[in-house]
Order: sequence, then structure tokens, then C-alpha cells
Amino acid sequence: MLRLEGVSKRFGELAAVSGLSLEVQPDTISAIIGPNGAGKSTVFNMITAIYRPTSGKIFFENARIDGLPTYRIAALGIARTFQNIRLFSYMAALDNVLAGEDAHLRARIWDSAFHTPRQRQEEIEARDRARELLRFVGLEGVTHTYASNLPYGSQRRLEIARALASRPKLLLLDEPAAGMNPREKHELGELIRAIRERGITVFLIEHDMGLVMTISEQITVLDHGERIAHGTPAHVRNDPRVIAAYLGTPAA
Amino acid sequence: MIYAYFLGSIALVIAAQRFSEPRVRRLLYGILVIALLGAPLLDRNDATFNVLADAGIFVLLALGLNIVVGFAGLLDLGYAAFFAIGAYTYGMLASPQFGIHIPFWILLFLAAGFAALFGIILGAPTLRLRGDYLAIVTLGFGEIVPQIFQNLTQYTGGPNGIGALDFPTFFGRSFGQSAMPYYYVVLALIALGLFFAHNLRDSRLGRAWMAIREDELAARHMGINTTAIKLAAFALGASFSGLAGVVFAAKLSLVSPDLFGFQVSVLIVSMLVLGGMGNIAGVVVGALVLVLVNNVVLPQANTLAAHAGIHVDFTNYHFFIYGAILVAIMLFKPEGLLPSRQRKEELRHAAT
Repeated sequence: MLRLEGVSKRFGELAAVSGLSLEVQPDTISAIIGPNGAGKSTVFNMITAIYRPTSGKIFFENARIDGLPTYRIAALGIARTFQNIRLFSYMAALDNVLAGEDAHLRARIWDSAFHTPRQRQEEIEARDRARELLRFVGLEGVTHTYASNLPYGSQRRLEIARALASRPKLLLLDEPAAGMNPREKHELGELIRAIRERGITVFLIEHDMGLVMTISEQITVLDHGERIAHGTPAHVRNDPRVIAAYLGTPAA
Repeated sequence: MIYAYFLGSIALVIAAQRFSEPRVRRLLYGILVIALLGAPLLDRNDATFNVLADAGIFVLLALGLNIVVGFAGLLDLGYAAFFAIGAYTYGMLASPQFGIHIPFWILLFLAAGFAALFGIILGAPTLRLRGDYLAIVTLGFGEIVPQIFQNLTQYTGGPNGIGALDFPTFFGRSFGQSAMPYYYVVLALIALGLFFAHNLRDSRLGRAWMAIREDELAARHMGINTTAIKLAAFALGASFSGLAGVVFAAKLSLVSPDLFGFQVSVLIVSMLVLGGMGNIAGVVVGALVLVLVNNVVLPQANTLAAHAGIHVDFTNYHFFIYGAILVAIMLFKPEGLLPSRQRKEELRHAAT
């Protein structure tokens, strides 16, 4: 579904990601893990074209996407959340989700200016879908609350609802469990499984090993911008290079 | 008497905004509309309606700039450029300058289109810029446009501008020197402007503007084509000032470059800040307050001072007075007189 072929990103002298190849299979939950500074977020930022890869190719459903603008990639069916939540702070929760639907709305400028019957019908349907998504992530009670006034855990959920509103085929979650307590983490795991049940492939960056190991089917491990391991949680957990990357190499 | 119109309108708008009950709100706005439409039947003082028509032109400008600054969050300090383009459209195509005499009503819409086109032309190179940088570049455009009109002497009459513009006609009857017909034209255009501003705000486009105002990067990740959306804001905002420019030029029967300087752009931005950026009713109130100060209070202060034997020209101190008003607003009510809900919350959070 998503394929990276020899992707590298250099920032001046620093090689943030070097020659990374990986493939995300459809209808799976996959993860990238690795110590801080391993280049995980850079990978996501290249997929959604915040950064352009220095070299390498990125394919989505066999079409090359590196070089396309962010909004086109979103419209193709890749949605994401951000490590440091980036909601539309002073818009109601419902409006955040509605903004997420933008790529699928058809109203043109004149529809917006004149409120044509077509635009009114579309807005009613969009609102229904947005309410349904808020219910799905468990935020039905806060439809009209500003995003910035929501508690932290709810903001993370709202960001997921907003990403789902763009009807993605692939959902990228950048550290979704950061700052959550164990109960919230457990609920998040359930939510991610429910998202996959909807036929959406999930690809996440996560530091919480408990969560990653229980929900992921495939894990890629990065260290210093390079892939050091890849496989099932059981395989990755026992890989000596992974253990070394996390705990340091034993003194010779 | 003139104070009754301004203060009455301001009071009715503020009162209407205080009531969330839609029936009360509609009643108050209904009273305002009937009073404004009926006023010329009782009051025959043309000078009053001259000032009110000018006020209406600024209301229209404030509504237009609010789309760019209030909705989309793009600080435009050169908005008067589009006002100038609207006005010169009328000046050049309805005057002896080229012997072209296109009717007012056609030029009204042509100028709106022209201004929108220039909105896109001037907007396009600035799209990569944000915040302060955008403000500085638009400020530059605001300076360049009147300069061009000043220097293209053979087309625009240079610093003297173009005079003896055609009087508009309505079903064969000329507007003549009276301000009354302009008053009604301006009221109609404000109604149109309010219709579009409300519709745009509560639509896909309005939501996309607010999204880029809140977080442009996140907006792009929602599939929003931020370039196209920003250009739409510049174009639609500019079209309002195109309309305003045509009425302004026709009413004055004159266009000249010094009418559209930086101080006009600043005046319109001040109206938004004073009234409450992003809120439609707020910017209308902001426009009315500043026109009242500028066109009524200051000239009267001059007359009063002259009676008392003091010879000061208070109109020369208008920048000082706006400045004082803005400082007072920032100190006591930073969200403006009638803020939008967003802005109120935003500033409340910023303070804590």
C-alpha cells in the first residue's frame, strides 16, 4: 500500500534518514519505533510532503507521491495526526472535523457565497458524518466546545476524528499515546483496532512499547536514520541490534 | 441630528448582538433597516446623507477587509489599493478622460471583477509569506498602486487625477449633485455585502479560511489547497472595495491618487481592530465609530474651537486620535467592541 524505496533525508551534514526502504501492507497496523532522534517523524514528514526526500522514492498504491504537494497527498487518502497536537484551536470540535472533510466537499466559491441548495444539502450530510465520527472516537458530548478547551486526551481523539474525516485509506499516527495514562492508552489501543476494522490501514510512531507490541503486526526499527530491524513484534523484541540500540552495546 | 443616525445605528447593532434570541435580534435589525430606508422621507438635509453615504462606503470596505484579515487571518496593510483600483475604473471609463462613458451600474460589477483580479495578481506573490512579512509586502503594494496612478499621467491625469466624472443615472434620471441616491446605492451594496459575508463565513470556504488562520500546515493535511483558498480571500475581499471605489468616485465626481494613501488602509484596519476582527457586526460598528469621529466630531470640534477663538485644525490630529482610541481599546477591551467568539477566547487564553 505504502512503499518507501531507498529514501534519505539530509539536513546539511546531518543524515536524518538514510536509504530507508519499507512497505506497509494494506489492512494492517504497522509501527515505526526507535530511540529519540532516530528519524521517525522525518519519515512521516516526507510521506506527507512537509519535507522532500533528498533521494529515494515514495509510492502510495503504486503511484509515486514524493514531489506532490501536501494537500494532494491528503486527497489521495493519507491522513495524519501530529506529535505535538495541531488542532484548529479556536474552532469548535465539530468544525475541526468538518474541516477534515474538506477534500471530499464539492461546494465551489459561488456555492459558498450564495448558499445554493447543493451546498446546503452537502453541509447537512457533512455535519451528520462529522457527528458520527465524534461519536466513534467518544467525543459526542463536546460538539461545540473549542478544541483548545478540551482536555489533552480528548484533543488527541479529536485529532484522530479530524484525520478520519478525510476518509483516508492510510492513517499515520505520530506518537498518539504520548502523555496518556494507562487507561487512556488502553482505550487508544481499542480505538486503533476499531479504525483498522473500518478498513483503514494504520501506521504509527510510538514510544510506548506495551501499546506497540500488543497492537502492531509489523514493526520497523530505526536508529540513527537507518533501519536496523523489521518484522513481527516477537521478532523485533529479540533482535540483538534493537536491544543494543535501546540499551546500548555491552562493553567489550 | 447626524449623531442620532450614527449612535442609533451603533446602539441597535450592539443591542441586537447582545440578544441571542433570534426573534428579538430580527426585530432590532428590522427597526434599523426601516429607519435607514425611511429616514430621507422625514429628513431632507442632503449633507447628512452625504456623510452617511461616506460612512456606508467605509462599512463596505471594512466588510471586505474583514474577509482577508478577520476570516483568513492574512494581515493586509495595503487594502486601499483595491479601493483605488475600483475608483479609477470608474474614473477612466466614465469620464471625458478617454471619452468613454460606460454606465455606472455596469462599472460597479466590472470594477468588482477588476479589483478581484488585482487581488489575485497582488496576492499570488505574497502567498508564501505569513504574518509580519505579509503585512510589509501588502503595505508596499498599497504604496505602489497610488504611485502608478500618479505617474501614468497621460492615462490617469497624474497628481491632479480625473475630474468631471459622469453622474450615474437610474432609469434615465441623473443622480445629479444630490447625495441621496448614493445613500440608497450604498445601503443596497451593504445589504449585498452582509449577505455574502455571512454566507461565506458559514460555508466550506469560510471554514477553510479559519483553518488556515488557525494552523496552515494542519489545513494542508486536510486536503485544503491553501494557495487557492488564500487567493479566494484576497479576490473576494478586494471585490468589496472595488464596489466601494466606484460609488466613492462617482459621488465625489473625482479621483486622485492622494485619496487612497496609506492612511486609508490604516483607517480600515483600525475599524476592524476597534470593532472586533472577524465579527461581521463588530466591523460594521468599528467603521461607523471611526467615520463618526473623522467626518463629524473632528470638523465640529474645529467649529467650536473657532467660536471660542482658538484656531486649531483638529482634523490634522486624526492619526493621534485613532491612535489614542486604539490604545484605549487595547488596554480595556483588546478583543474589540463586538468581538467574535473565537477572538474573545483567544485573547482570554493569551492573557492567562
